[in-house]
Amino acid sequence: MNQTWIILGASSAIARAFCRELAERGDAMVLAGRRKDDLDATATDLKARGASAVDVVLFDARDPSSFDAVIDTVDGVEGLISAAVFVGSMPTQEAIDADPTLIDGTVFDSFTGPAHFLTQLAPKMEERGGGTIVGVGSVAGDRGRLGNYVYGAAKAGFATYLQGLRNRMGREGVHVMTVKPGPVDTPMTFGMDDLPFMAQPETVARDIMRGVERKRNVIYTAKIWWVIMMVIRSIPEAIFKKLSI
Amino acid sequence: MRTSTKTYSGWGRVKRATGHVARPEKPDEIDITAPAIGNCRSYGDASLNTDGTAIDTTWMDRILHFDAKTGQVTVEAGMQIGALARIFAGRGWIPAVMPGTGFATIGGCIAHDVHGKNHHIHGSFGQHVVKLTLLQNGVRKTVSPKSNKELFAATVGGLGQTGVIVQAVLQLMPCAGDVMMVTEQRADGWDEFVALLDASVATYTVGWIDATATGDTLGRGILEEAELGRGIVPDSKQAKSVPFNAPNFALSAPIVKLFNAAYFRRVPERGRTSVKPIGDFFFPLDKIHDWNRLYGKRGFHQFQCVVPVERAPALREMLRMIAASGLASPLAVLKRMGAGSAGMMSFPMDGYTLAVDFPNKDGAEPLIRTLIDKTAEIGGRVYLAKDALATGDQIKPMYPNHAKWIKAVTKADPDGAMETDIIRRLNLRTPL
Repeated sequence: MNQTWIILGASSAIARAFCRELAERGDAMVLAGRRKDDLDATATDLKARGASAVDVVLFDARDPSSFDAVIDTVDGVEGLISAAVFVGSMPTQEAIDADPTLIDGTVFDSFTGPAHFLTQLAPKMEERGGGTIVGVGSVAGDRGRLGNYVYGAAKAGFATYLQGLRNRMGREGVHVMTVKPGPVDTPMTFGMDDLPFMAQPETVARDIMRGVERKRNVIYTAKIWWVIMMVIRSIPEAIFKKLSI
Repeated sequence: MRTSTKTYSGWGRVKRATGHVARPEKPDEIDITAPAIGNCRSYGDASLNTDGTAIDTTWMDRILHFDAKTGQVTVEAGMQIGALARIFAGRGWIPAVMPGTGFATIGGCIAHDVHGKNHHIHGSFGQHVVKLTLLQNGVRKTVSPKSNKELFAATVGGLGQTGVIVQAVLQLMPCAGDVMMVTEQRADGWDEFVALLDASVATYTVGWIDATATGDTLGRGILEEAELGRGIVPDSKQAKSVPFNAPNFALSAPIVKLFNAAYFRRVPERGRTSVKPIGDFFFPLDKIHDWNRLYGKRGFHQFQCVVPVERAPALREMLRMIAASGLASPLAVLKRMGAGSAGMMSFPMDGYTLAVDFPNKDGAEPLIRTLIDKTAEIGGRVYLAKDALATGDQIKPMYPNHAKWIKAVTKADPDGAMETDIIRRLNLRTPL
């Protein structure tokens, strides 16, 4: 049965790859993001790749007044509704240290904006008694580290929110999956110094798709990050606070 | 725009470059003047710009428009030809021309005016390009065979020298379905092989040739003839990848000889017909990602030439030299080529084309240089998408429209900003 997916942050490289997977299955999509012309081009692409319908709607995670328009698009739609959240922003820790006001935007993009949106969408999905929510967090949320702990804190907040949402929505047949990618080869990371175990967006998208099909609760991608983060989480704080990893 | 410093290589991994690479997601992000590269599937140095900047187009890979009535599709230049085939074949349309790898980008297919197994019928890739958009110094220009004949012909097969190809409108070909009916038959020697190629009436024809066979069996091989059709076949197996460089002995002469003999006998004496997914027929090697690693750290060369029909005996002599050297790998192809081409520097001409892979072992490079000389002697042509060893003096006389091309390219890029390693090696933008 084909469903309709709301894609938040549809311009991101991972979202683009994930949408192509959905298109091949013949699903319908609502692309929500800030760049209308870019999303229009992506919509044409996805339709040509097999998507049954693609709508484009403006969405800004920092502007909750844009949320209604996104949610309205699925009101008349038949069948199940699903949603995938790919928004987030990651200023460097140095930039944040120099300008603490950047914290607000980071938390808005990576946590409170998406959480606000999903809370608003949740009753509609519960009504239909099915569907999936995919929330993309980060391995950075698993432990506060020297390099990016504000971003990590926002992602940790989002992960905890998703945990609770899973607890609530599971009772109504809605599945919530948390995705924790390691570094991904995207325009954001392009040109940065060698990042370890970098994954391609297509790999992440395939992992997400497989996770959705198997109703996994939390997935790491690339999978090696599950092991790495288990090790990192298990380091006693007394030692961890002296490390710079 | 942001660039990354990288060391990258052509598919043969003999030629390498270190330089800056930019990777735009959208054409309007491009704010630099530099040559474009695609998926780097050309074998030599056509996709390299040592010490300079290259624009990697592979992230610009969207379908911008499709007209289901006419079969015309507008795509960004970084779209891969195999993806395009996969998306549209099930809906009754297929790219009219497909090279041997589905990983080649549309931009690359245009810049090399690639050919496929149906060249004798449908001509070269550029003949199915309705129009294309070039980015020249930040200015977009639409170029078609009608509106701008010279520039179009200089761009198709033009090694990226006229500007960055950012998108193209392609005329797809209607097809009955997305499976191939493939008939394979043995040819026991050169004369029989050429006779089979000449007699073939199939839309898609390709010959695998045993480049290690000598004596009576010289030129033996397997002719594959195929037609597109409707049907249901199991999905092709998941792609495997070669995780590391193979040791040198993997492609040593006795092993290749054994492999080739077995590969030849795999097809029964009386031939056989089977049904395959299109990808398995068009892109047989794509199922093994990074297969170039099988040639080890030193990489490999591919020699590909085309010679006029009446010079087939000279081609047989070249094959004899190759077989006698014991340097060839199992990958060798013989094909009948038609006259169709769309660019001033296009490779195809009416004749026979031979392509042979050589591991980059001692002796391989001198042999290939001799083969290039032989090709020149008999009025043949060497394929720039494959070449890494020729000199400008060898290449320039092979391309009769070279002078015209220089004129058009000089007009399009007066400062030489689009020059790449192959252009510098062959000094290709100056006359002989």
